[in-house]
Amino acid sequence: MARRDEQKRPASPASVTDPSAVLEPLLSRRSVVVGAALAVGASVMQGMAAPVPQARPTPPIVPDGPVPDPTTVLGRLPNELGVRSQFEKAKRRPSNTSSQSPLDDLYGAITPSELHFERHHGGVAVVDPATYTLLIHGLVERPMIFTLDDLKRFPSASRICFLECAGNMARGAKEETRAQQVCGLTSQSEWTGVMLSTLFKEVGVRPDASWFLAEGQDAAVMSRSIPLEKAFDDAMIVYAQNGEAIRPEQGYPARLLLPGWEGNTNVKWLRRLELSTRPFMTREETSKYTEAIKGDKARQFSFVIDARSIITSPTYPGRVEKGWIEIRGIAWSGRGKIRRAELSFDEGKSWVAATLQAPVLSKAHTRFRHLYEWDGTEVTVMSRAVDETGYVQPTVRELVDARGPGSGPYHLNPITGWRFRPDGSVTFRTEKWA
Amino acid sequence: MKRALALSFVLITAAACNRADAPPSRFGFGRAATPAEIQTLDIDVGPDGVGLPAGQGTAVAGAPVYAAKCATCHGSAGEGTPIAAALVGRIPNDSFNYATSTGGDRRKTVGSWWPHATTLYDYIRRAMPFDKPGTLTPDEIYAVTAFLLAKNEIVKDDFVIDATSLPAVKMPSRDRFVADDREKSNRVR
Ligand code: HEC
Repeated sequence: MARRDEQKRPASPASVTDPSAVLEPLLSRRSVVVGAALAVGASVMQGMAAPVPQARPTPPIVPDGPVPDPTTVLGRLPNELGVRSQFEKAKRRPSNTSSQSPLDDLYGAITPSELHFERHHGGVAVVDPATYTLLIHGLVERPMIFTLDDLKRFPSASRICFLECAGNMARGAKEETRAQQVCGLTSQSEWTGVMLSTLFKEVGVRPDASWFLAEGQDAAVMSRSIPLEKAFDDAMIVYAQNGEAIRPEQGYPARLLLPGWEGNTNVKWLRRLELSTRPFMTREETSKYTEAIKGDKARQFSFVIDARSIITSPTYPGRVEKGWIEIRGIAWSGRGKIRRAELSFDEGKSWVAATLQAPVLSKAHTRFRHLYEWDGTEVTVMSRAVDETGYVQPTVRELVDARGPGSGPYHLNPITGWRFRPDGSVTFRTEKWA
Repeated sequence: MKRALALSFVLITAAACNRADAPPSRFGFGRAATPAEIQTLDIDVGPDGVGLPAGQGTAVAGAPVYAAKCATCHGSAGEGTPIAAALVGRIPNDSFNYATSTGGDRRKTVGSWWPHATTLYDYIRRAMPFDKPGTLTPDEIYAVTAFLLAKNEIVKDDFVIDATSLPAVKMPSRDRFVADDREKSNRVR
């Protein structure tokens, strides 16, 4: 058999034109592998863990210097866990407390799980799924404990929605700022889990309950009070993200998902839900995630994410050339669907509607695009979102007028823009925040 | 004929009730939680003091605990460091013009911003010391809570903080917090 294969195969690896001719016998009969591989030459062998190619570990072959003609090199055989192309460089941008998604490197509507932004208050917890439990107690008929398997037995649901940190705006960013740094604490996934209403029906909510505490099992034992209505609206306990188990940094093995609400309320590594007649006044809903507003007050339980948008391409440090440019970005709103994403080329005097990529989902990043023929003169392109409630994304000025210059850092969703310069550079449109 | 119709109606309804995909009101998954299991996890402290354990502490007792376990990150007098925020500091006359003021020190501290004293106990028990969470005894937590309240000039150094006195402490910014009203309108708020 090996003889016959050898005859079919060219002597020099440089002239291997049909990889399947090599792969077929390699994969179908292990006994043939050694002889066949020897026959096609040592350079094809490189990177193959003969005699058991199936067991080869996953790292890609990173070539030194120029990449050889791929039609002349036997490629990697199928393996257990994929990795992205060695040429792709998109990365999160981490600080001590968070990491931002590379919005300007992404396409479409889904954020790859490995590039989903992070924000934790006590680092990433390691939770064993085998011993994981969720306790539901307080004002319920039957206090109960659910294992991960229990949660997975309940009817499941999937939903695509964004998740955004409440503090997602780099105020006073300089011209050399990437979209990732402007507002990269937002990401989108398809989440799968059980509707929280299903679990609450299982335990039987008492009529006097109106709030529940959601508590995580990280080093901060993160806790937030959530109005009960959200549980019967669209809240979920999710255990999967983009088709696989949720990532450790997203709360593995299970987290709360409150579509459209500020990220911090979507408690990760969820271990306990307690129903009550009143909020618990935890640190994250008093000291943090509250914002000063005019009238010497502070706004509390400000859950919903207001509509906003950002152009993701072309943006700094990208470059533009005269001629047709597809301006791309994302628009989203915690109140529902995006109705329009609009662009202005004249500092907000007039706006044109960009094309929305279907399907336009509620509480979801919605991709927009607009073809623009650039004549090479300096121009600033701004974007704004309008959602189905008619809410129009505000300017910095409108936000400051409504709340005061010292409000924030939460729920800041101003219109932003990018300047195309005659030399082809693209810079962030800077704005004074006051 | 009439009887036959009535009978078939009954059969159809019965069949509909037995449809395999009609969800039950309960699935019977999971198991009952025992009181002991609930007690172990039920650590939250409410603004009314519900959940506060037995124990007590004063600022005097809290000073050495704070110096040993908190000061490296928060500063010896709670003034903050590059690692962690300030915990101490009032604004003259307890002014709360954070949103409109453009100058001066508008740091959000326990004394200037926190609306409930109970949050201190709840949070310190959960999350502090940052690098060794869950290591303080109830008396230590009461004592550092008393220490932070005293440093913020909200209670006296010898004031005893316990499950009864803590929820009764009135914080300077107690009445400053209002519910979010953004969704009542589609205007910018
Ligand atoms: C290793 C450094 C470190 C130590 C030690 C430490 N903390 Fe902290 N503390 C932090 C950090 C960091 C935060 C902010 C955590 C976050 O991002 O949520 C914080 C937050 C706090 C807050 C909330 C501040 C606010 O305005 O919301 C309080 C209160 C607090 N610490 C009290 C204490 C007490 C009391 C101790 C001693 C028992 C202590 N900390 C020890 C680092 C530390």
